[in-house]
Amino acid sequence: MTRPGLVLEVDERTPPLLVHQGEGFRLERFPLGTRVVYPPDSLPGLRDLDAGIADALHHPLGSEPLPDLLKPGMRLTIVFDDLSLPLPPMRAPDVRQRIIEQVLELAARAGVDDVELVAANALHRRMTPAEIRHIVGERVFASFWPDRLRNHDAEDQGGLLAVGVTPHGEEVEINRRAAESDLIVYVNITLVAMNGGAKSVAVGLASYRSLRHHHNVHTLRHSRSFNDPPNSAMHHSYHRMHRVLSDAVKVFHVEATLNNDQFPGRFAFLNRREWEWTLTDQAAFLAARRANELAPPAVRRRLWHRLRAPYQVTGVHAGATEDVHALTLENVYRQQLTEVHGQSDVLVLGLPYLSPYNVGSVMNPILVACLGLGYYFNMYRGRPLVREGGVLIMYHPMPAEFDPLHHPSYIDFYEEVLTQTTDPATIETKFEEQYATDPWYVHLYRNSHAYHGVHPFYMWYWGAHAREHLGDVICVGADRRTASRLGFRAATTLADALEMAGETVGRSPGVTYLHTPPMTMADVR
Amino acid sequence: MLALEYHRSPVRYLAAGRLPSRLHPPAVPSLAPMRLAERPEPAPPGPGWTRLRPLLSGICGSDLALLAGRVSPYLSPLVSLPFVPGHEIVAEVIDEVFDETGELAPGTRVVVDPVLSCRTRGTGPCPPCAAGHANRCDRVNAGHVSPGLQTGFCADTGGGWAERFVAHRSQLHPVPGSLPSEQALLAEPLACAVHAVRRIDIPRGAKVVVVGAGTVGLLTVLALRELTAAGPVTVIARHPHQRRRARALGATDVLEPRNALRGVRRATGGTLVRPDLGPAHLLGGADVVFECTGGQGLETALRMTRAGGAVVLSGMPSRPVDLTPVWYRELRVVGSYASRDDFATALDLASHAALGGFVDGVYPLARWRDALGHALAAGRSGSVKVAFDPRAR
Repeated sequence: MTRPGLVLEVDERTPPLLVHQGEGFRLERFPLGTRVVYPPDSLPGLRDLDAGIADALHHPLGSEPLPDLLKPGMRLTIVFDDLSLPLPPMRAPDVRQRIIEQVLELAARAGVDDVELVAANALHRRMTPAEIRHIVGERVFASFWPDRLRNHDAEDQGGLLAVGVTPHGEEVEINRRAAESDLIVYVNITLVAMNGGAKSVAVGLASYRSLRHHHNVHTLRHSRSFNDPPNSAMHHSYHRMHRVLSDAVKVFHVEATLNNDQFPGRFAFLNRREWEWTLTDQAAFLAARRANELAPPAVRRRLWHRLRAPYQVTGVHAGATEDVHALTLENVYRQQLTEVHGQSDVLVLGLPYLSPYNVGSVMNPILVACLGLGYYFNMYRGRPLVREGGVLIMYHPMPAEFDPLHHPSYIDFYEEVLTQTTDPATIETKFEEQYATDPWYVHLYRNSHAYHGVHPFYMWYWGAHAREHLGDVICVGADRRTASRLGFRAATTLADALEMAGETVGRSPGVTYLHTPPMTMADVR
Repeated sequence: MLALEYHRSPVRYLAAGRLPSRLHPPAVPSLAPMRLAERPEPAPPGPGWTRLRPLLSGICGSDLALLAGRVSPYLSPLVSLPFVPGHEIVAEVIDEVFDETGELAPGTRVVVDPVLSCRTRGTGPCPPCAAGHANRCDRVNAGHVSPGLQTGFCADTGGGWAERFVAHRSQLHPVPGSLPSEQALLAEPLACAVHAVRRIDIPRGAKVVVVGAGTVGLLTVLALRELTAAGPVTVIARHPHQRRRARALGATDVLEPRNALRGVRRATGGTLVRPDLGPAHLLGGADVVFECTGGQGLETALRMTRAGGAVVLSGMPSRPVDLTPVWYRELRVVGSYASRDDFATALDLASHAALGGFVDGVYPLARWRDALGHALAAGRSGSVKVAFDPRAR
């Protein structure tokens, strides 16, 4: 029996608490009375993962067993989540590899010859062969790459198929190979409640024409939060699209959930509550912090990005999308959800080195904004952790650094768009179409390893709800010019930040620190 | 009379030329071969010449390049030392003067076209002058005036950085009474800008980039907007006040230099490519690019011009560049020196409201080191044009 989540109230005996700040971390003393939200302890993983996968495939929810769906002569497409999941990447073998191998064995036994694998990278960058190999494993990679194992190309007009339109007028256009298959087996990892379910095919295999119906400012402002699907306009749209898709193609969903073991052995203290650190943990912390400070920036970045998480798989469910996803969400909430009573005036977040869109590269300022105002702010069910008009304080050095290979349109977004306005709605109206259709970005997305031209816009929209909700955003340790460009303010220390926050929320604000990573979600009553 | 004199000193010239740019404002005024001196007033060298009293005399980028030791030796036979610099001048006529273009009474406020062509030198017209291109004169080192391509580079005529100088009637253009001297001072650089945009056919809707937003760059934007049907005009400007002014003059977009190629690509289309060594360049880009930095931006200009496009050199080039884009992209490189019958237009444009406040540092000659230091740091200090008032003490 693992311990549930915890809300700690800081008192005189509370040790300094760990706060992530980009490619580094610090111990911070919080004001007395600060509430600190910890996730439940890591759940135990399945004892026999392969047996669990086999059981899910043979005894699915709301569907015939997978072997019964596989027929000779059929067209089978296996679709899998890309490298944006999980974070950090999973230590090999990735659970997707183990699921795909079993699906392929069943397909081979059933005499299915026409099998292709497609990565559901939507408008994310094309993965490199090595990245795909890490996900699917050497055996699958050697057998299928490159002709029958590939990245989805959302700009290959011939490779897309308009499947239909929802009653709300949303165009559903996805990968043609998948749409024309007799069966799609979607292999998913649901890291947070936003992922998986109806989103998988409708987003992962879609085109810009289709994505713009839910990846927009209006929808994001009405997704409260997007980690709480029943209250998320974005998920309502996914579900409408999924219904259209279900009429056109059979989808067999396989979803896996992970526990919170995000950091490997030498960094295991990052997974633990500070007052429970052993002497070894404390020594490891001091050694890691010193080594991190001394390492040249390039080396430091490489080391962080080489981290592979020793996740354990807490569940594998297969079958009909909605039935499967209900159980998946239960598992996610069981691992991440902590009950919190009431909102606070100030929310504090420590932002780490990694977000879904900078695997293997630098987390640029737009991704920092997205991680703080998008992903972490939305880690709530019920109400935001911070009251309307409250202040968000987040830690990140926020250098104006960009990876020109992965994020070319981000650079232009930062220089051209954010110098004119930070208002998501204005940005959407004035610039989105231009960037989405810029031939150079399209070329780089298709032929290089660049995120689609429109991607920085989506990252900006991700924070639209938070921007509307918050009275101020203060970044501790941030580059002042960068913070200002993003519409934030910079502070040197937490004390300074709280002093500045006082202008908005008064001199004695209630403070909540969402202690994440590992993944923590607040159920705010 | 009191005058600032540029004299021969190869050691000082070379020493100034070796300073890093960031040291120019504090060091160049002391290091340059320049001195404040009592000189005899220049005498009119022939008929049609008159003495003038400068009211304001601007400090031009080419003056600063000279002081900083960054002028090509190509020009050395075309000047005569020692000379009094200053070729952007608003002055008062001292002696009545007339020729076929008309009479100018004493006290008339004029601006000066500094080109010393055949007409001023008393020689017969050379082929370019005969064709109406006085700015291309072949005889700038002949006739009854010592060598000097312009007033301000000629030992005999003097220049604007003095209490007196001489000029030929053909060089003088009366200033309308309603135009303040501070704005009239911009007539000469404006005439150069007008000439630059007239040097090339700019089709309606053409995508134009102006590299540099000092005086020349900003006035080029004005000339583009007032005299052509150019489409989007993108300006590359280093300093925030320059970006603000460029917008006020009609720039569609302004970019910081570090983001210039990406921004121009966004504005004009095309793709950005990165060589293994050296800066990136565009495949695609602007139709016409005006280089207005005095050469520092030429490399950038060549790399952002579309195939078959044109680069106009408005500033005096000061450094070697890689000409591969000229060859590979079949670019036209067009020189634009001084002006040609452009002063009337320039004086019209000088009254433009957005030019108010362009001259914001006016110094007496005695404070010449402060003035030059200010001019060398004009961009950083928020200024556009720094000038001398030789009457002031």
